[in-house]
Formats: sequence, C-alpha cells, structure tokens
Amino acid sequence: MIELENVSYGYGGQTLFSHISLTLAPGSFHFLTGPSGAGKTTLLRLCYADLRANKGKVRVFGQDAGALNRDEVAMSRRRIGVVHQDCQFLDHLSIAENIALPLTVSGRGHEAAQNLHELLNWVGLGPQANQRPPELSGGERQRAALARAVIVSPDVIIADEPTGNVDWEMSQRLLSLLIELNKMGKTILIATHDLAMIRAAKSDISARVLRLKDGQLVQAGAEL
Amino acid sequence: MRALLELMLGDPQADRAVPQTGMTVRLTVFVAAVMAFLAVITLAVSFTTNRVASLWAADLAQSATLRLPADPATADALLLSALDVLETTPGVTRVRALSQDEQQALLEPWFGPDLPLDALPVPQLIEIVTDGDDYDVEGLRARLSAQVPGAILDDHTAWRAPLLDAAARVRLIGWSVIVLIGATVAAMITLAAQAALAGNARIIAVLRLVGAKDAYIARAFVRRFTLRAAGGALVGVLIGLGVVSLMPQGDATSSLLLGVGFEGAEWVWPLLIPVLAAIVAFFATRAAAFRRLREQT
Ligand SMILES: Nc1ncnc2c1ncn2[C@@H]1O[C@H](COP(=O)(O)OP(=O)(O)O)[C@@H](O)[C@H]1O
Ligand SMILES: [Mg+2]
Repeated sequence: MIELENVSYGYGGQTLFSHISLTLAPGSFHFLTGPSGAGKTTLLRLCYADLRANKGKVRVFGQDAGALNRDEVAMSRRRIGVVHQDCQFLDHLSIAENIALPLTVSGRGHEAAQNLHELLNWVGLGPQANQRPPELSGGERQRAALARAVIVSPDVIIADEPTGNVDWEMSQRLLSLLIELNKMGKTILIATHDLAMIRAAKSDISARVLRLKDGQLVQAGAEL
Repeated sequence: MRALLELMLGDPQADRAVPQTGMTVRLTVFVAAVMAFLAVITLAVSFTTNRVASLWAADLAQSATLRLPADPATADALLLSALDVLETTPGVTRVRALSQDEQQALLEPWFGPDLPLDALPVPQLIEIVTDGDDYDVEGLRARLSAQVPGAILDDHTAWRAPLLDAAARVRLIGWSVIVLIGATVAAMITLAAQAALAGNARIIAVLRLVGAKDAYIARAFVRRFTLRAAGGALVGVLIGLGVVSLMPQGDATSSLLLGVGFEGAEWVWPLLIPVLAAIVAFFATRAAAFRRLREQT
C-alpha cells in the first residue's frame, strides 16, 4: 500500500532521518514509536504525501508520491484516512459536519447521511453530533477524528498519537476501534509512545512495532 | 452552461466549509458598485458626445452657407444674383435666404433679444442644402466670385474635421477609462481574494488534508467574489442610470443639445457592465486562488 525506500527527510537543511525503508503491506498493523521529536509525525506526513522526501522514494498505492500533482495528492488522501495529532477540525462546523467533510469535499456529501449516523454511534458520539469541536473533550475529539478518517472507507488508516491526551479507558476504546478496522482488512499505522497500548494491542493482533530514534528506524522486539 | 448554473447556485456544503469574511465582502461589493457607476457615467458621456458630433457633422456635410457683404446699397441686387447662381448650380437641392427674424435668432445668444438688426450692417446669409454627389464646390466658388463680388461661401469642412476629431478623442478617452476601471476592479478583487484566502489559511489546510482538490476550494471563493462583484456592479449601474436620467434632456428637434444618456443599441453596454464585472471577478479570483493554494499548502 505504502512503501518508503531509503527515504531521507529534514526541515531546513537539517537531516531528521535518513535511509529509512518501510513497507505497509495490505492488512498489516504497524506501531511507530520513539521519543518526542524523533520525527514520527514527519514520517507519517511523508506517508500521506503531505511532505516530499528529500531523498529516496515514497510510493503510495504504487505511485511515486514525489511525482503526484496536487489533484493526485488530493485523490490519494481519499484512500488514506488520517487521524492528525491535533485533530484539525473546522471549529465553525458541527462534529457531524466535520466528520462528513472528506465526503463533502469529494462531491459525495449526499452519501454522508447514511454512514454518518452509524459512524457516530460506532465511536459513541451520537449525542454530541451537533456540538462544535471546541466543546468536546480530548477523547471525544480523538474519536471524532477517527470517525472522519474512516468515513470514506479508506484502504489505509494512519493515526498520529491517537491516544495522546486521553485516559487509559478511552485509549482502550480507541485501540479496539482501530483493531476492529484492521480486522475488516484495513492497513493501519499508528504513531504512539503509549507502550501500554502497544502491549494491549499485541495481545489481540499481530502488530509490528517500529522504533524511530536518532534518525534510524529499527524493529522493536522483546522489550515490549 | 451547467458550470455557470453550478457557480450561481453553489454547493451549500462547500460554502459552509469556508466561512464568509465580512470585510472583504463589503469591500468587493462597494468597489464593484462605485466602479460600475463610474463606467455608466463614462459611457453615457462618451456615447452622447459621439452622437452629438456625428449629428452635427452630418448636418454640416450637407449644408453650406453663403454670406453676402453687408452693404445696404447693393444688398438686394447681390441677393438676386446670388440666388440666380445657386439655383442653376447642379447638386444644390435647396436655397433659402434667411429672414431678418431668423438672423436675429441666430445672433440673439450673443447680443440679446433687443438687437436692432435693421440698423446694423449685418451680412445676409443664404442657407444651401446640397445632395453631395454632383455638387462641385470649386465650380460654384468660381461662378460666385465672378457674378456676386464679395460673397463668401462657407462649406463647413473647416468645422467638421475638428469636430469629428474631438469626438473621436472623447470616445478614446471614454474607452480608456473603461479599461482602467476594469483593471482596477481586477486588481482590487485579486487583493480581496488574497486576503480572504490568507484569512482562511487554516481552513484551507484542513480541507486539503481531507482530500479537497484545489478547484473545489477555489470554487467557494470564486463563486462568492463573482456574485458580489456582479451584485455590486448591478447596484452601481442602477444608481448610474438614475443619475444619468436626472441630467438635462435635450429636445428631439434640436441637434445642438442632446440629452446625456443611452439610445438604442447603446443600452447593451450599461446592461453588460455587471456581466463584465462578474467575468473579471471570476478570472481574477480564480487566478489568485490557484496561485495562493500552490504557495500555501
Ligand atoms: N514544519 C516544521 N518545520 C520545521 N521543523 C519541524 C517542523 N515540523 C517538525 N519539525 C521538527 O522536526 C522534528 C521532528 O518533529 P516531529 O516529526 O513532529 O516529531 P515527533 O512526531 O516524533 O514528536 C522536531 O525537532 C520538530 O521541531
Ligand atoms: Mg508527533
């Protein structure tokens, strides 16, 4: 689905990481860990073509991400659901409208009605549907972000610290939603430093855990 | 046509995604209205000048004036021989000596109504209407100088050329002003659109992240600016036409003073102004939006 081959990236001349290779096979489940500032968010942004690799090649659904034009980038985003670290909602729209946004912008707004109700219940946000994003708690916002990521039923779901500011119980709920999606055949990539969540997940599914540290991407193993 | 309809109706969901920005809305409507108003006035003046000039020029082209020396002793004899020459000149369709009342009316604007004309040596004027084709000015001049000494034939060419020239210049200035107004509208709308896009940078970034194409985002802005410019221009045109209708209206019989305004096919132009404003706004906003989107995200 998404492949990184010898990718290097850095902001403003500095190298953040180099020669990173990663393959997200269809239906796979990956965790990406590492200390804060290691470049996890950056690596994810490369995966959904929000950034372009300085060196190496990123392939998204078989296409060279560096060669995509702006419309093709937009099209590829419709196949990748992203849960952003800071959620990225439009505060003047309701939660329901925010969740439906990916459908709206792809001219499929009319499909929203049927999916939306189901989806809101799935993430437990039925009662909050008409509230504005700032009125929601951190956990509710994270679940709304997940709902928005999956409304176009993407092939790949990328989540950046989805349990960043929620309590244990909520992170368990979010994780179970992601596992459910993986069991439906979706490819999942989650950046997190929540080791407890990773351990909980590994008891349920076979997930690979990658660790980004000092510009290197290594497979994490036994210590988890 | 479908694209046009879509642009008019818009996508309510897309419109909700990009909130209205109050400042740029009012600015666009206001500038479009003022510019449309100025365009209407410019067009009215330009068309009217043109009409007056061509009317005068046409009158002048088909007429000439013969002026007889103001000498009471020979006046009657000269008038008779002048009429005799003129009536036998090919191409002259009508000859008429102006009566004293008419001459007085001509002089009245300059000397007032109480001018004792019969006490003054005023040259006798003869109005000549020609049909242009076999009318030979030089031949007539030669015959007049032989038979009517002192008579001066004014065939008006000296007046016509500068009149037409002046009218052409006024017309040129008019169209230059219209082009400048169009350019100003384009520049202003580009600025307003840039401001609106910059003010919505975060919203645009989110829309891009969830898979919106540039065209989708641009459309929300293009639609608004196009409608605002057209609406503002329509208001400006209506006010402009109102003001034009308040200007002094000439009477139909006098070719000297024509009312400022529009006639016949000229009406197309003021009605076109909102359409032109919309077209200018459409392309200006579109260009600004695509440029900005490429730079911004
Ligand atoms: N847009 C940016 N411009 C410049 N530097 C950035 C930008 N985004 C992130 N960085 C820097 O890159 C490094 C990695 O950031 P990030 O990928 O967010 O790490 P992580 O997600 O692992 O915490 C950090 O030092 C951060 O300051
Ligand atoms: Mg991060």
